[in-house]
Amino acid sequence: MSKIPLANYIDNAVDWMQDSWGPALDILSEIQDNQVRFLTEFLSNTPWWLIVAIIGLIAWKASSIKLCIGSVLGLFLINNLELWEPFIETLVLVIWSAVISMIIGFPLGILSGKKNGFNSFIMPILDFMQTMPSFVYLIPALLLFGIGKVPAIFATVIFAMPPVIRLTDLGIRQVPTDLIEVGETFGCTTFQMLWKIQLPVAIPTIMTGVNQTMMLALSMVVISAMIGAGGLGAGVLESIAQLKNGQGFEFGIAVVIMAIILDRILQGLGKSLQVDKDR
Amino acid sequence: MNQSNTVIEIRNLYKVFGKNKKKALRLSKEGKDKNQILAATGSTIGVDNVSFDIQKGEIFVIMGLSGSGKSTILRCLNQLFKITEGSIKVNGTEINKLDHKDLREFRQENLSMVFQQFALLPHRTVLENTCFGLEVQGIKKEAREKKGKEVLESVGLNGWENEYPNQLSGGMKQRVGLARALASKPDILLMDEAFSALDPLIREDMQNLLLELLADTDKTVVFITHDLNEALKLGDHIAFLKDGELIQVGTPDEIINSPANDYIAKFVRGVDLTKILTASDVMKKPHAHVNIKNGPSAALHTMKEHGISSIFVVDRAMSLKGIITAEEASYAKAHGVEKLSELELTQSPVVEESLPISDCMGLIAESSLPIAVTGDDNKLLGVIVRGSVIAALDNQKEGE
Repeated sequence: MSKIPLANYIDNAVDWMQDSWGPALDILSEIQDNQVRFLTEFLSNTPWWLIVAIIGLIAWKASSIKLCIGSVLGLFLINNLELWEPFIETLVLVIWSAVISMIIGFPLGILSGKKNGFNSFIMPILDFMQTMPSFVYLIPALLLFGIGKVPAIFATVIFAMPPVIRLTDLGIRQVPTDLIEVGETFGCTTFQMLWKIQLPVAIPTIMTGVNQTMMLALSMVVISAMIGAGGLGAGVLESIAQLKNGQGFEFGIAVVIMAIILDRILQGLGKSLQVDKDR
Repeated sequence: MNQSNTVIEIRNLYKVFGKNKKKALRLSKEGKDKNQILAATGSTIGVDNVSFDIQKGEIFVIMGLSGSGKSTILRCLNQLFKITEGSIKVNGTEINKLDHKDLREFRQENLSMVFQQFALLPHRTVLENTCFGLEVQGIKKEAREKKGKEVLESVGLNGWENEYPNQLSGGMKQRVGLARALASKPDILLMDEAFSALDPLIREDMQNLLLELLADTDKTVVFITHDLNEALKLGDHIAFLKDGELIQVGTPDEIINSPANDYIAKFVRGVDLTKILTASDVMKKPHAHVNIKNGPSAALHTMKEHGISSIFVVDRAMSLKGIITAEEASYAKAHGVEKLSELELTQSPVVEESLPISDCMGLIAESSLPIAVTGDDNKLLGVIVRGSVIAALDNQKEGE
């Protein structure tokens, strides 16, 4: 039996997408590129200490003074290592991609939580998206959008979206039956049920998804340096190519600091949104 | 029954859980039992051909053990469960035929529900929980919060408006549950084992609170419980269910005095009769009494005739004036008293006719005198002596 030409099929599909959606993708690409570039430039031109202060303040408000101090020290270190520019570049890409993931992911998660049919359709797709080695996404991204930040965002969104869909779905499904019955008994519309009961009760679970999505986005943005995303990932890549051990560590530490700050801020935010604190 | 007073009318209600509903229904009508049907179809008969009426303003208790279908019937009443066959009319509307939008409006206007595990929304304060029904109806914030505060006050929770449910005890949570149900002014209140999760003392408080809140209204309550004491205390009518079938509907008296079968009789046996029977149930008719206008000789004579050592003194309207013992009467006679009204009569212990025996027990144990049972205007209705209580309790046991 001859080999199934699966690779050819995929190539053809991507070729077809390139041919038929080309102009549309170009426009989308242009817009994304401009926005990200603008945001990056804007933040790069902002004095670095102001950004440190703002992140410190957010850390304080969302979590604790401890996190605030830790964040500020970490950011000082990044600035001291002269990694501020790539740090900002990566930060913008991570947040931008994560936000797009959420904008697409929330409605899909809600739909999946409410409709069993859609749930059984999307779950295998999510499994596929999460288990496919992340590098593989870089190839079609490259072909469809060329080199640069936009294909990086494309690949990152695909890679980082599953948790927010999954956990929004889970959160909605975990709402206790009697609370749903409360909504029905008092005559809620579908929207009231969602807005007044299901989403507020699901918030802690949803926030876990948001957190995971943000972390996955960070890891993918670093990898996307391979297709020209720039930022901290580019530094890591360069260090690998030139076997610069120390420099590689410097960039790596900057990534770790960013990850910890984002993670802890989101966790704190999740806790403050969760009214039903167990005592 | 007076048709115009019927609020809820359930006819030939069937509810089948599972996929093979039609076959299960057919088998059930052929007389197969629950287990046979489950084996043959994989479907469970939740409610099996149940019909009854609920009158306006009454507390209708649906009583049964878990799996008896009582909660299922309740959920059919507000269509949380779609019924498989039969009909449910509420205020004349056949609710199983309402479409989605009409059903929503019907629920908003006619019923609300109190849940066993309280089911308060954890992200909302007590006041916001209370106002939930009104909020869903689109009532303006100011108006609904005013109403919410009123209702919270009526359930004894003023001052707790801004707390979150996790800060409340079980009893308080259910007060909020009750307030939430009452705030939207429903005609019908569905209570699903509403007090079962509370400890006994709190449960009794809540039962009394419910009765208090309902006193001046014509709200109809459908109350689910597995506790017969609760059913007997609250219910105007009680429906007994077993395995989805209706076994008996009746007033508490009918259930206790003539249980339809052994199953119910077994339940009744476990009841604390001292809480169900009242003073009027155990009293004896006061054959022996003496008019206050008569003299001590007449009193002594009547006592001798009935073989008793003390006697109640009444006026012409049978209003209780006191009690006189044989010793006192002899003493009065010897001192030439002509009419009992001239004497300062001993006041005998008195209980009202509706008092449960459990509450008279102490009095009965302490008092050496017989206890008078009185009705309106202090009218002497009967007398309780120790023996009559024991006899009454014993009779009820044999009556099973």
